Amino acid sequence: MTVNIKQWPGTALATRDLEQGHVLTVKYKPRAEYAWDAGVAIARYLEELKAGRLIARSCKQCDRILIPPRMFCEECFRPTDSWVYVEDTGTVNTFSICHVRWDVVRLDQPQLPAVIHVDGASPGMGILHLLGEVAPEEVYIGMKVKAVWEEASRRQGSITDIRHWKPWKEE
Amino acid sequence: MSERMAIVGLGYADIRSCTPGISYKELMYEAATRAYDDAGINPRKQVDSFISVSEDFWEGTSIFDEYVPDQLGAALRPVHTVCGDGLQALSCAAMLIETGQAQIVAVEGHSKHSDMCTPHHIHQLAFDPIYHRPLGAHPQHLAGLEMARFLHESENTREHCGLVVQKNRRNALKNPRSVYGSDLSLQDILDAEPTFTPMGVLDAAQPADGAFVVVVAAERRAKALSTHPVWIRGYGWCTETPAVDSRSWGEAAYARLAAHQAYRMAKITAPARELDFAEVDDSFSYKELQHLEALDICPQGAAGAWLQAGITQTGGEFPVNVSGGSLGVGYFLEASGLMRLTEAVLQLRGQAGAVQLPAVRRGLVQSWRNLPTTTGCVVILERADGRE
Repeated sequence: MTVNIKQWPGTALATRDLEQGHVLTVKYKPRAEYAWDAGVAIARYLEELKAGRLIARSCKQCDRILIPPRMFCEECFRPTDSWVYVEDTGTVNTFSICHVRWDVVRLDQPQLPAVIHVDGASPGMGILHLLGEVAPEEVYIGMKVKAVWEEASRRQGSITDIRHWKPWKEE
Repeated sequence: MSERMAIVGLGYADIRSCTPGISYKELMYEAATRAYDDAGINPRKQVDSFISVSEDFWEGTSIFDEYVPDQLGAALRPVHTVCGDGLQALSCAAMLIETGQAQIVAVEGHSKHSDMCTPHHIHQLAFDPIYHRPLGAHPQHLAGLEMARFLHESENTREHCGLVVQKNRRNALKNPRSVYGSDLSLQDILDAEPTFTPMGVLDAAQPADGAFVVVVAAERRAKALSTHPVWIRGYGWCTETPAVDSRSWGEAAYARLAAHQAYRMAKITAPARELDFAEVDDSFSYKELQHLEALDICPQGAAGAWLQAGITQTGGEFPVNVSGGSLGVGYFLEASGLMRLTEAVLQLRGQAGAVQLPAVRRGLVQSWRNLPTTTGCVVILERADGRE
């Protein structure tokens, strides 16, 4: 049916109609502000990042070392047992070459988010971060990497205290 | 109800004005651990389905339902979130059991209200962006409008509303599971800073943090699990129109219809006679009176007079909000219904401590999803040795 309609009735809406107020618009800027408690586990994790270390929690029932740390084991549903430092090296579990940033800006240098299995933590335990100092075409699953830390004076107890992870060869 | 079911586990944690240092996950884990221990079950093996209640804007994370499994023991298990009050989730649990999908269901609700820096601005986002937000009124102005119409239509007075505040905050003084216990004179309440006249600042419940978890089980499992199961005899829920221009401002129509559904299921025809007590929504003082009338517990327009005559006081013939309600215990966002449910279950188990009522057998719990909603739920509970 619609194929037969050559001229649609009505007037098309243009951007300028919105900008110049020819049609009703509502502008509203939400003030949704939060101050989340990081909690016992993540607060310590962030504090340790500031000190240039990665810390995990261990569960002695399933014998796993969990990172990022948590105060309870989701498998065993019991409190975790102790703090354990783990290495700042690991293995790429998966990665993606991102040509578009979160705000849809196209990137000349692709961003390389990766899930990194951290050495010293249990298999499957890792953190999502970014790869750097590597050409996109050289990244592969199973690649060994090492954290590149922000200068100590500039760390602020944030996941960005690690700038990125770079290729690394075990000595 | 085709399948009988009972509450067999109860857990709550960190009922405080704020809970610095712990995350919402740690808060939920603590309440869940207590509930599973109370029911004597291992959640990883024995809970068939998990339900959490949350609202993304309260949490500050969208698609928040994805963040709930780990701390409930629900990873790689059937789990879903209800964006509504805790009693709506309880109704979902009941339906899972009635349809045979599950025999044991865990229901969780929490408030980490203290994580919000701009709660009123966030609340404002619940208002229609085209018709109402541009007016720039504080979200609680709707309570002022509703209170004015309710008092206009009924025999209840401003003083009656003040007496609700006085009763509930005094009740909370005896309840260790509460935040806002206080001994105020009626004059203190009436003289308090006016906010949305006829409402004053003390007529509104204040927020609190906390987590609540209940475990519901089908009859055959409930009897084996618990020596004091509390049976769910009926449940109902209802939402009126969201239109603030045309909803019924004087009466709580949603509560009336939700109660009809629950009463029909529980075969209750004379609520005040067949029930022993109630925990009803009192997020604002007048709400307790409005809800009691909608629930047919007292005659229309008589809720204030009942309170004045002492009937709804702790020692009266039909105690209401012995726990302290939200005015005394606190307002827990979507977990508010589960707070009331927790208090009612403790009453029916005889575990309510200093606020324990003597010889209670059947109770009613009613929730409201707070402003700007017209959503309410009703649950009828009965003690194990009650009428079959």
